[in-house]
Order: sequence, then structure tokens, then C-alpha cells
Amino acid sequence: MKLNIKINTKPVQAEKGEMILDVLERNGIKIPTLCYMKDKFPAGACRMCLVEHVNSGRLITSCSYPVEDGMELLSHSPRVINARKTIVELLLSNHPDDCLYCVRNKNCELQNLSDELDVRHRRITGVKNNHSIDYSGQSIVCDPDKCILCGRCVRVCEETIGVSAIDFILRGSKTIVAPAFNKGLNTSSCVNCGQCLMVCPTGAIAEKSHLSIVIEALQNPELTVVAQYAPAITVSIAEEFGLEPEKDMNGILNAALRKVGFNRVFDTSFTADLTIMEEATELIERITKNSDPIPMFTSCCPAWVKYVEEFWPEMLSNVSTCKSPQQMMGSIIKHYYSKIENIKPEKIFSVSLMPCTAKKFEAQREEMTQEGISDVDAVLTTRELGKLIRLYGIDFKNLEPEDTDSPLGTRSSAGKIFGATGGVMEAALRTAYSMITGNELEKLEFEEVRGLSGVKHSKIKIDSLELGVAVVNGLGNAASLLKEISEGRKDIHFVEVMSCPGGCIAGGGQHIGADKNSIYARIKALYEIDKNEALRVSHKNPQILELYQKFLGKPNGHLSHKLLHTCYKKRIVLL
Amino acid sequence: MKIFEQNTIKDLLVRTLTDNNTNNDEVLLHDVMSLLKRENIDTIQIFVGAGTCGLGAGADKTIRAIKKYFSKKKLNAEIIETGCIGLCSSEPIVDISIPGKKRISFEKVNAEKVEDIFNTIFANNVPSDCVLGQFRAAHGEAWKDVAYLDEHPFFSKQKRIVLQNCGIIDPTSIEEYIANGGYTSLYKTLKLQSPAQVCETVEKSGLRGRGGAGFPTGKKWKLALFEKQIQKYLICNADEGDPGAFMDRAVIEGDPHRLIEGMIIGAYGIGANNGYVYIRAEYPLAIERLKKAIAQAKDYGLLGENILNTGFDFDLKIKMGAGAFVCGEETALMHSIEGKRGTPKPRPPYPSVSGLFGKPTVINNVESFANVAAIMKNGADWYSAIGTQNSKGTKVFALSGKIAKTGLVEVAMGTTLREIIFTIAGGIKDGKKFKAVQIGGPSGGCITEENLDILIDYESLKSVGAMMGSGGLVVMDEGTCMVDIAKFFMDFIQRESCGKCIPCREGTKRMLEILESITQKPSTENSKALERFQGVIMLEKLGGVIKETSLCGLGQSAPNPVLSTIKWFRHEYEEHIFERVCRAKVCTELRKFFINPEVCTGCMACLKKCPTGAIIGSKKSPHVIVENKCIGCGACAETCKFNAITFS
Amino acid sequence: MDLRSNLVYIIRLLQTSVKGKFLNLALKSNEMEKVDLILKEYKNACHDSLIPILQEIQEAEGFLSETAIVEVGNHLHLPTSKIYGVATFYNQFRFQPKGKYNIQVCRGTACHVLGSSTVLNELEKYLKIKAGQTSRDNLFSIEVVACIGACGLAPVIAINGEFHAKVTVDSLKEIVESYRNREELS
Repeated sequence: MKLNIKINTKPVQAEKGEMILDVLERNGIKIPTLCYMKDKFPAGACRMCLVEHVNSGRLITSCSYPVEDGMELLSHSPRVINARKTIVELLLSNHPDDCLYCVRNKNCELQNLSDELDVRHRRITGVKNNHSIDYSGQSIVCDPDKCILCGRCVRVCEETIGVSAIDFILRGSKTIVAPAFNKGLNTSSCVNCGQCLMVCPTGAIAEKSHLSIVIEALQNPELTVVAQYAPAITVSIAEEFGLEPEKDMNGILNAALRKVGFNRVFDTSFTADLTIMEEATELIERITKNSDPIPMFTSCCPAWVKYVEEFWPEMLSNVSTCKSPQQMMGSIIKHYYSKIENIKPEKIFSVSLMPCTAKKFEAQREEMTQEGISDVDAVLTTRELGKLIRLYGIDFKNLEPEDTDSPLGTRSSAGKIFGATGGVMEAALRTAYSMITGNELEKLEFEEVRGLSGVKHSKIKIDSLELGVAVVNGLGNAASLLKEISEGRKDIHFVEVMSCPGGCIAGGGQHIGADKNSIYARIKALYEIDKNEALRVSHKNPQILELYQKFLGKPNGHLSHKLLHTCYKKRIVLL
Repeated sequence: MKIFEQNTIKDLLVRTLTDNNTNNDEVLLHDVMSLLKRENIDTIQIFVGAGTCGLGAGADKTIRAIKKYFSKKKLNAEIIETGCIGLCSSEPIVDISIPGKKRISFEKVNAEKVEDIFNTIFANNVPSDCVLGQFRAAHGEAWKDVAYLDEHPFFSKQKRIVLQNCGIIDPTSIEEYIANGGYTSLYKTLKLQSPAQVCETVEKSGLRGRGGAGFPTGKKWKLALFEKQIQKYLICNADEGDPGAFMDRAVIEGDPHRLIEGMIIGAYGIGANNGYVYIRAEYPLAIERLKKAIAQAKDYGLLGENILNTGFDFDLKIKMGAGAFVCGEETALMHSIEGKRGTPKPRPPYPSVSGLFGKPTVINNVESFANVAAIMKNGADWYSAIGTQNSKGTKVFALSGKIAKTGLVEVAMGTTLREIIFTIAGGIKDGKKFKAVQIGGPSGGCITEENLDILIDYESLKSVGAMMGSGGLVVMDEGTCMVDIAKFFMDFIQRESCGKCIPCREGTKRMLEILESITQKPSTENSKALERFQGVIMLEKLGGVIKETSLCGLGQSAPNPVLSTIKWFRHEYEEHIFERVCRAKVCTELRKFFINPEVCTGCMACLKKCPTGAIIGSKKSPHVIVENKCIGCGACAETCKFNAITFS
Repeated sequence: MDLRSNLVYIIRLLQTSVKGKFLNLALKSNEMEKVDLILKEYKNACHDSLIPILQEIQEAEGFLSETAIVEVGNHLHLPTSKIYGVATFYNQFRFQPKGKYNIQVCRGTACHVLGSSTVLNELEKYLKIKAGQTSRDNLFSIEVVACIGACGLAPVIAINGEFHAKVTVDSLKEIVESYRNREELS
């Protein structure tokens, strides 16, 4: 049934059940919002999306009010604008006012709103809040003073990630968003995925910056500063410079990093290939030798690993013992590359550039240090990387592409698709098939594990074995599957879990403000690379083969176990 | 007098309720009813008002004294603890019923007075200093020269429907409630009327929600009735958080079955089989009495499965509120019952469509439910004959503040405030001058002398910038500072704001800060009158936006007390801002202290006491107060032995 | 610089966690028994039992301890953050033990009009604690309550449920002292 309504005196048609906000948007009218989250139940808390309901003479929230036949609405009447402006002024009245020093300067929804609504002088002054900043987490820093209590982080943490590490505490103007007992994030169940900061409209939640220590290292002539960048970085760094996400910026990024002063530049996709070699071998061993329980879970996502440690410690033995590609790269650099280049490991400063905040946590885990040498010394998010490149005044748009360094530079496109949800699974299957059968797959694409659904299931026939696989996209979808498995579900052998919906390309370290379209574009870019690549399976990567031949021996061999594998323990936090 | 078995009474009463009178012994029924109505008693019966207000005034000590008196005299007496009759300032109120005489009521009977009063009574005299009046009942001989209670000015103008039994019957006895006409129309309603008819009757009666907003109750019920869902909920909102309102507490403490009966009818009307009473944890006595009443009703087959064999099931549970004013808002209340933070949610969807646990839900206030039984019993026309055009029936008000008699009054809609304050409640305390009355608590507004003659109904109160609210009436005299009152309500509201929506959370806080800047002495800034003035301008603008944009009723009405005091008492605001004077001498920081040099002996006591070092002077010479440093705390005046320090 | 601050932080963390462990152990022995008993009554309970459970625990313990909240979370399968969020929303819940004598100061309208703010200020000054706090000897705690419904007797304070009507600055001190004396006698 079509409903006839009037927007700003113009007749418009709408569907029954549609929210006013959607109708307005469809008709090209932008309504400011703060607490609104697409695809989530409207909270109606911020009151920014108010429109004037002419029929009743009231202001109503367009995000939560369904259209009614005969409705007349004014989206930008003076009354509405005054209301919105006053709300922004109220938010600013006790805001810390340190925009110039704020991590979100120039990319802040509150700043934008106050600009859009033409707030030009301070009509309302308020007593400022004085909360202490929570620096306790390894990945995430919270500044409650900048928080406008829109609640988006709380909802993401609960509904999307399924962790509920934070919630509203206290009431009224004393309300803050914090972990239980208002303790630090470090003792909370926070998995460091960073999805909260991706939805934060202000600088209340931000990553713990490693920029200064990286810059310090770059300036230290005694150190060899080595960079590695994650597969997802090359298809998303462009957005930091206002470019479209579609192209692979691989070569340009290499050039930029060298200009910044990194002595060596590697692509983490190389160790993604290595991970596949180790992980596929481990999977086959688990299935054939019953060495460890099945299904095996991937361990690439550090947020997911922490989640299991906290919420499902009894299933830790299901988690693959492989380190993540970041840590493998770190380890290979410090223990292999250092040897062939004849640099002392302690003189190498290993920086990884990741689309992820949890990687900062992972890098400092004690399991990730051997004989006092940590695999990775600093982790920069995509955003920090953008800042670093800008800081060194590099004209990103006009660089000649360069190659990565050898011998850790060549990658297969299987390692590249790690950046999207289902990518690890797809890459692993390509190699596992070959390892079991000795043949290559005719069709390398596994469409069933691609895409943005919450849990993707598939069955793959490899010789006599029917391999059941599942891909969890978004940590919030993991619990139900884990419950089924712990209650005895047996038809799944291998599970990939990525905490961030969409995979690493939508990680907590990425450009803030990206919408669904750019996430699709990033995924598309990755698969596009894969489609056009000659080397599409990890086990044929010549440099990987060389690495095994010259150094590691064989997958899951002795040295692999020492350098590339680890084990996880139950973690006691406030659940 | 015959003694009856408890079970005999129960069987008899249940049979009476279900209209199954055929095999009832008329004589037996008469005897039982007479016993329960306390006619023709054969022992002395003493009724003590033991509601929260009574107990607060020392009713428990009085009861102990009475018991002691009777054991000393070796006399038999039955002591009945009743609820509150409404005249709180006269508590403890003790009624004495001597066989053959009419029940007579005494006020302010503290433990010390007990002996005197009973001695006088037993000498067949009436202690004239504390008599309130005698009950007008058919039985018993009247006391000489004692006015009837219904002639007492406090009661004569009242029309008591909701409070009919309060303070009169034993609230812990379902039998007495039934004997006084309770539950009598329930069976007929459930058996002979359809739910739609029940909603129709309530709608026709013109009953509107007594919680404040005044939405027609029958209409609300119909909305829920039309929802085709098996599971529905009926909730009674007894989360009376409004400071200065206590009518719900009094009804539950004094006559809990009236609420239960109303809820059973309501549940039948909307088709709900589960109900909750959401009651403040701060009302332990009310909770206890309600628990007992629910157990009794279950025992009598009035609650639970197959009520009075009519095939209707209704289960009623108590949920204790944990202390949040915002939970008086219905969506917040439902969140609280669900075990969540009590934050409201946007409407639509309305609770009648998707309420508690996502099911159709109706929430009504205690007083609304307490009217329902009487409406079903006497008919919609009877009820709609009371009151004004748009507001039918009666309203209970809680009177407090600077008024001679505080307590609860129930008046017909259309009574004037002047009547309530000056006739019923006896005017202002200590002969001072009336200034304003705050109606509707933190969401209402104040009404000044010139509007005292408007007739009380929902619309007319709105027309003068106030609202019915839950019915708190706080009377203020010339010793009350209106800016301070506005600040008090703002402080309350901003503390109780849930913090979900921005205008209410930030706006109320800012408004409070502005009010504080007006009433405080600037210790750091140099008195910036202009800034304070801008504050007042901002108060009005902010108030307007908060009203328009807040998520729930709490926020939408939060600026009312401020806006209405600015409207009627702008001059007081201006005095605070420009002259820095509080005419009521309430805002301590604006007090200016002076030392009279002729009286001051120079003892230096005040100088040492002053917390800010604002007093200078040397020994044996008159001291001086440095105005800029003085914070108006008054410590010096308290210290001075010679009364040399005064303030303006 | 960053390293040093990290180190300091880690040391502090260690200290608190050690303290926390001792605390937990001490609490576990006597308190948790009561909490467990309460939780036993709520078998298969859902989210909507959360507030009644917290109320019962507070009734038994006088306050909500961290361990009790964690325990309730395990029982109801709710995140601790949610429970703490709910508990801090409502005025009723407290997270520190009450004093032996809990003084409730009514801040209803009627009491305010008749000077309850002075009473509160004076009480805070006299006991040298703020509302919501407990005195060092654990004898007194002050609680501000919205309205205890004794408006006719304003201003009112209630000490462990005992009402004191029409309180003035002078009578206040007498009242408090009478409780202190009671304590000394026993």
C-alpha cells in the first residue's frame, strides 16, 4: 500500500512501515543524526533527527516514527533548525573544546553538525565534566569527557560483537559509558576490535597511538625499521587521502613507506600464505591424526582469540596454534630475515600497518615474544598510517609504484583475500585441497563463503572427505555456532571467525566514516586482485617454498612450531 | 455477640459476591455483615491511624500507650490499625468506638495524652481540645455537643470515592472491604459484561488517567483490547516519585483491595491475564499491606485462575521499584520491570501495541484504578455527573508546605484551589501571606493568588501554565523564594533525568547551573549582572526547546516549574540578578550581613569563626564585614553573643 | 616516556589486582554464602529477575559488592557491565557498606520548603561526611531520599527506619548524639 504524505509541502509517496528518515533520505533530504544506526532498532535518544509534524504540531523523531497516510512534515522549518541547533549547543556547552588537539579533528560528527547548523558563538556555558581518561587498554583509549552518550558503541559492543564490555553507568548528567565497575578496559572483556571507535561520532573512543614511538624509531640511525602492511591496507589506504577504495595501492604504498624512511617494506600477505601452509597442514593433521579437537578455528583475528580465551576457554584447544600473519611476519623478520641480512634482531624495529586495533594488543602479548625479542614492536592503524604519510609531506597521489623487498615480498592472491570475510577459509581450502589430493582445484573461487551474511556454511568434497566449513562474519554471530558445537554438532571441520563484520577491510583501524558501499568496494577490490592474479594459491608461492627449503623445513615442523605457533590460555576478566 | 469461624465468614462472603444468595441464611448474613461493619459492637474498639504519616508522628508509641492503659485498667479493647484518613498534620489520629455510642475521632493523640483522653471518655465526657468529630452512622447514641466529622471543614467540602474507606476500615481485612461494598459488582461485571462493555462504561464515565497526563482511561483500554494477542499485561503504576505527592501510598496503605478490584476489572476489560503493581521500594508499609491483600484476594478466589468461577484468570504480582523518578514514565517503567535501565523509548510503537516484553500493555495509575470499581458499581452516568465538562469525577490532592492542615483531600473536579487551600486546609500557617501554590510537582507549575479561583480540571490548569500532574499541592507563603523553588525542582529533575536524550540530560543541568549562578554569590567573578541576565533569557529559550524535543514526559515537562515561576515571579528573578537580594531570605548566599558598631564589643569571636576571613577589626573596636568576601553563611551571627550582627 | 608510563601503570595494576584477590577471598567466605542462597531461589531466572535479586542481596548484605554482582552475572548469564549499568541507574543500590545507623534525609518538596537543605548541610558538616558516604567508624551514613511521605511532619529524617519529625539544626545534633550514646552504652 502506498501512503501519500507531504514533505515540505511537496507530495511524496511512501511505503507502509517505512520510517520518516528513510523516506526523507530517498527524497534527497539529509537529516542530521547522532544516535541513529542503520539496520538497528532506533533509540530515539539524540533528538537530532526531529522533524515538524504539521498535523499534530509536534516535533517527532524521524528515525523512529513510521510514516502515516496524510502526514505533513517539515524537515527544516525554523522551529526544527532551532531545536537541532540548541541540542548541538547543549552538547558543546560541556564539551572539552580541544578540537585542535583531538584525534578526530576534521572528522568529527559533532564538529560537522555545529558547522552545518552554523553555531558561531557560545550561547550556553556549562560546567565541564572532569573524568579521567582510560589508558589502561592496549588498543583503545576512552575519554568520557568527549562522549556525547549517543550509545552507538554500547550497541555495537552488545549487538554486533556480542561482548558487552561497556555499558552506560550511572544516570542523568552523570552518565558515562565504561566497563563494569567503571574499571579500566584492560580488566574488562573488551576484545579490542575497535568497532566502538568506528561508530563513535567524536573522539571519545580512539586507538592507542603508536605514532610517536614509530617516528622515534625512524629517526634512530642505529635501527633498521621494517614495515609490513596487511592485505586490507592496500585497498583502503586510498580513502585516507580522499580517493576511491577500488584500486590496489600496493606499489604506491611501498614507495610512500620508503619515502617516510622505512628501511624495508613487506606485505603481510606473504605470511598470510605462510599461515595457510601451516594452518592447512594443521587442519589435515587434526582430521587425519585426531591430534587435536575438530572443528579447528582460525586464529588470525586477535579479537576473536581473546574472545575465546575469555568466554569459551574450554574450546581453546580448537583454536589453531598458528600465530596470525602479523606475528608470523614479525617472527620471520626477526629470526630469519635478520640472519640473511646480517642485522642483529634487537636492532630491527618491526612496525606493522594494520586495519585493526586488536593487533596492537596482539603484538604486546607475552606469547608473542621469544627470548626477549618481540615479534612486532609497534602497530599502526590505517588512520595512523595516513597521518604518518601526511606528516612526512608525501604527495600520495603522485608516486611511482615500487616493489616490496625480497625475499619476503612475493605473495599469492590467496594471501591477499585474507582481508575479506571468508578469505582465510577460501585460501586455506585451495591449499588443503592440493595438500590432500595432490591436484589443483579447477575452480578456485568458493562463492558460498564470500559475502556479508552472519554465518556462512559450506560443504566441500575433497576426495572421500566431505569437509564442513563455516565462516562467521561479525563476532556477535559466533556464540550461537559455538554453542551448537559445544553441544555436539559434528559436521563442521573448520571455522573462520572475523570479529569485524566484513572482515579486516572493515576493521577497527580503518578510515572512519566509511559506509557500506565503500566496504563493498574494498571487498570487490580484493577479489578483483585475486581474479587477475597469476599466482592464486599459497602453496605455489616461490618465496614461501624457498623459506621452507632454506629455513623452516616443513610446515608444522620443529622450527615452525618454535617461531610460528603458540598456545592460548584461559583469560580471567570481568565478563 | 456471636463469634464466627473464619471459614464460615469466607464461605458466606464468597457466596454473597457470586450472587448465590439462595442458600444463605439471611439472619446469619445480617449478623456477619453487622459485625464486619462494626455496628452494635460489644467491646471497645480503638482505631489508630497507622499509615506512614501516622507512624511518623508517633502512632506506634500511642498504640503502646493505649495497650498499657487498657491492661492497667484490666479492660478489653480491640485496637485496629487503619490507614490514613487524610489529615496528616493531625496525626496520630485515634478513633474510639464504645458500645452503644457513635465512633468519635481525636487528633494529635500522642502517647502522653492517651491516659487523659480515655479517662475523660470513660467519664462520659469529651476532651474538647483534641476532638475532631464523631461519625455519622445510624447506630449508636450521639455524643453531646460534638460536631459530626463530615461537618468538619476539612471533610465537609470533600467528595470521597477513592479515599472512601481510608482511615475508616481495617486495611488488612478483606472481609471489612467486602462488607463495606467492595467486590460486590465484580462478579456481575465478569459474568454479564463483555470486555468491550467494560471499556465502554469506563470511557463513558469520562475517567481520565490520574497519573498526570489525563488520557481517557476507557480509550486506552480499548486500544489494548483491539490488539489480537493472547498475552497482554496490565500494570499499575504506583511509583509515586513526585516529591510532595503521597496519595497512591495512602490508598494502598488504607484500602488496598480497592486497587486490586479496579485492576481485576481493568484486566478483564483489556483481556490481560497477568498484572504487575510497580511500587516504590520506599513504601515498605504499602508493599506489606498490598502483599497481604493480594494473598487474601487469592484466598477468596478473586485473583488467580477462574476468578469467582467466571472462567477469567488474572494473576497479580508486585514489582518493587528501585528508586528512579523516570520510571513513572510508562516505557521506562516497563524497562525497569524487564530488569533493564529505566530509560524511556520512543513512541510509536505505543505500549498498547508493544509494551512489556513486547506485548500489548496498559499502564494506569493507582488512583485511576481506584475509581474503576465505583464506576462499575454505580454506573458511568453517576460518575460523569461529578466534575466539569471535560474532567469527570474526583481528584485526590496531597497538600503540603506552609499550610495549616496538611494531608490528603479528595474533591470533585471543578472545585477551586481557593476552596481547597483556604476552606479545607485552613489557609496559610502562622497567619502569613499566601504567595503561590505549586501544583503537579516537578512537572507542574505554580499558581498565584489571581488564578486561585479557576476550577480544577485538566484543561483549565494547563491554561494557566500548570498541570494536574499526580496531584501534589505545595503551598508557599511569603517566606518562600520562588527562584529557590525553581532551583529545587530543577535540581530534582536533573538528578532524576535518565540521561538518555540530550535535551533533558544536558538541558536540565544547564538550567540548574543558570539558576545556581543567580542564587549564588560569585566568589571569583566580579558580579556580572549582564551574564546572569543572559542566563534568564537563556532559561526561557532552553526551556522551550527542552519541552519540544525531549523524549519522554519527564523531559517535556521538566522546564515547567522554571518557566512558570519566571512567568509569575519575574520580579523576584530580577531582584536576584540585579539587586542581588532574596526577598524571602532563603538564598543564603545573597544575605548581606552587617555589624552594628554600637552593639559590637570587639570580642573577635566572629572574626575567628568566619570561614572566609571576611571580618576585619581589632580587639575592643567594632568589626566590619567585607562584603566581597562574605558568603552569607551566617556563622558570625550565630557566634555573636551580643546580637550585633544582623542581615538584610 | 611511553615505556616508563606503561611500566608505572603495570606496577599499579599488579598492586590493585593483588589487593583485589585478597578482598575476593575475604568476601567469598561469609558473604557469598548469602548471595548463593538468594540465587538458589531464582533458578532458571531471566533478565526480569535482575532487580529483585539485587534488591534481595542488598537487603541481606547492606550493599552490592563486586563479587556479588559478578556472581549474579554468572547466574543470569548477563554481562557484568549490564548489571552494573542497571544497578547504578537506580537510587536504591549502593556499592559501599552502610553505616550502622543509616540516616535518611528527606528532600521532598514539603521538607525543602521547610528547610531540609539546611538540615542536610548541617548533618554533613557535623558528621564530616557527604551524602552517600559512611563515616570512618562505620557508625553513620547519610542517604538523601526523594520523599518518605511524611510531608506533614517536615523536615523529616529517618534513622534506621525511626522517624524524627520537624528536625532543626539543634535537635539534629541531639538526635545524632543519642544514637552515638546508645552505641557507647552497648
